[in-house]
Amino acid sequence: MKTVRIGCGAGFAGDRIDAAVVLAARGELDYLVFECLAERTIALAQQAKVRDPHLGYDPLLATRMEAVLPLCRERGTTIVTNMGAANPSAAAVVVKNIARQMGLQGLTIAAVTGDDVRSAVDGRDFTINETNQPVASLGDSLVSANAYIGAEGIRHALELGADVVIAGRAADPSLFVAPLSYELGWSLDAWNEVARATLVGHLLECAGQVTGGYFADPGYKEVAGLDDLGFPFAEVSERGPVVITKVAGTGGHVTPATCKEQLLYEIHDPAAYFTPDTVANFSQVSIEPAGTDRVHADGATGKPRPASLKVSLAYRDGFVGEGQISYAGGGAEHRARLAADIVVRRLARLGVDTQEIRCDIIGVNALHGSGLSKRDCQPYEVRLRVAARTRSLGAAQAVANEVESLYTNGPAGGGGAARTTREVLALASTFIPRELVRCDVHTVVA
Amino acid sequence: MKLRAVAHSRSGDKGTIINVSLIVFDPRHYPFIVRHVTAERVKAHFAGLATGEVLRYELPRIGALNFVVHGITGGGVTRTLALDAHGKSLSSALLEMEVDEPLLADDQESVDLSRGRSTDSQEGP
Repeated sequence: MKTVRIGCGAGFAGDRIDAAVVLAARGELDYLVFECLAERTIALAQQAKVRDPHLGYDPLLATRMEAVLPLCRERGTTIVTNMGAANPSAAAVVVKNIARQMGLQGLTIAAVTGDDVRSAVDGRDFTINETNQPVASLGDSLVSANAYIGAEGIRHALELGADVVIAGRAADPSLFVAPLSYELGWSLDAWNEVARATLVGHLLECAGQVTGGYFADPGYKEVAGLDDLGFPFAEVSERGPVVITKVAGTGGHVTPATCKEQLLYEIHDPAAYFTPDTVANFSQVSIEPAGTDRVHADGATGKPRPASLKVSLAYRDGFVGEGQISYAGGGAEHRARLAADIVVRRLARLGVDTQEIRCDIIGVNALHGSGLSKRDCQPYEVRLRVAARTRSLGAAQAVANEVESLYTNGPAGGGGAARTTREVLALASTFIPRELVRCDVHTVVA
Repeated sequence: MKLRAVAHSRSGDKGTIINVSLIVFDPRHYPFIVRHVTAERVKAHFAGLATGEVLRYELPRIGALNFVVHGITGGGVTRTLALDAHGKSLSSALLEMEVDEPLLADDQESVDLSRGRSTDSQEGP
């Protein structure tokens, strides 16, 4: 019986690269997936593309590819990723050039496009799910509209012989459904098989989160070697349970407990997990131990895929200004509360246009180390954080200024002030009929 | 006793909705959390953090409950001014819930907490 070995080398845009290199070198993989796209990431990429049409792909694309391309070529491992972000075509050219520079002539790179539905959304009557307002009400503040596309485009790229497949906003599990269905000869309307592949994708897509990352809780849940956390891979056959495991000798561990946490991660109704490829039922999934760092997962079933695709909308929604300052010793919390009160009064006095102000108090031992911090003050130190949402950058800066000016105008002993301002990219969603989304694949050869 | 002694948890966000799982270390404690950790109790526990409804889904095969928490205050990940915009730390908040000491469903012995804390489930249930 054929078994496919598929690994995950990144669970978010900034994930560890050395762990992916270990997986590429020692995982004996057929496929290596890099999942690097979150809702906000693609909106930022869209803004980068507006500034420069040659950009808009993952900023770490070149670094990641340089680290793993030669290993994957040597071992015959195909790479599938959504690092194309807002510009898969430009990303494919970047990878082609890297391959040439590294002497990997003949490498075929495919770009999967079609998830950018900005033009399809413009001028049509879609409703924002969260607010019931028309999408058109966002006007010029709309930054990006990307549909979560399924496995089809990526699978087509594999059928064309691609060694590297670069998509944009493909749904995370679809990055796994495409290669698994292609290798195991599953039709994309064989819903139970698609759901099995979706289960694999769901368990692997956050990389280290299934191998002991995001899990440790000293005294309750111990995990050794988190500084050398091994990234996961699955062994998937035509039938039977899938195996979730990791490279031997790496840190972390794969246990039923780590797999159960990941099974439910970002899941609402486990009997109806909506993806572009199927509506998966994970409610009857079993998770059983199968040896050291080996877990069996089985029992996912699927229903026909939804008629509509979810669209992630990003829009500019004002600014956030933030400032922080710390206080120590007896009365630290009182002084922080006084400081917060001063900032709120100052913003009102100056007429700074804020939509919402939030004051938090943080802290353990940042100011004076572990010795003094154990003194019997409750607490020994605190850090005031004031954040406010504003319509203008100027107002956001004023919020940060008022925290910083506590140095000379606020309570005694304030130290370590810091300030930031940022534009808010808010997210919303809508649904688009599947037939309005057309995926294209084109290939370049190094 | 805190829930942390018998179960573990992970939370994830989808916009203004956050899910928080609750998974028992020892499958014999599953009926205990089903009985004691109701959607109503979780809603009350998160009062001030979330104003909307809390839905609970049961997964007996893996000894887990999944809570879906609506109406996170502050507008969810896209608008909130909260330090943890995603609500990822809510898992730790759920594990702070105080519950009675569980009785094991089959032999009515009180739970051995040192075993309940073990994560090494390689040997299986």
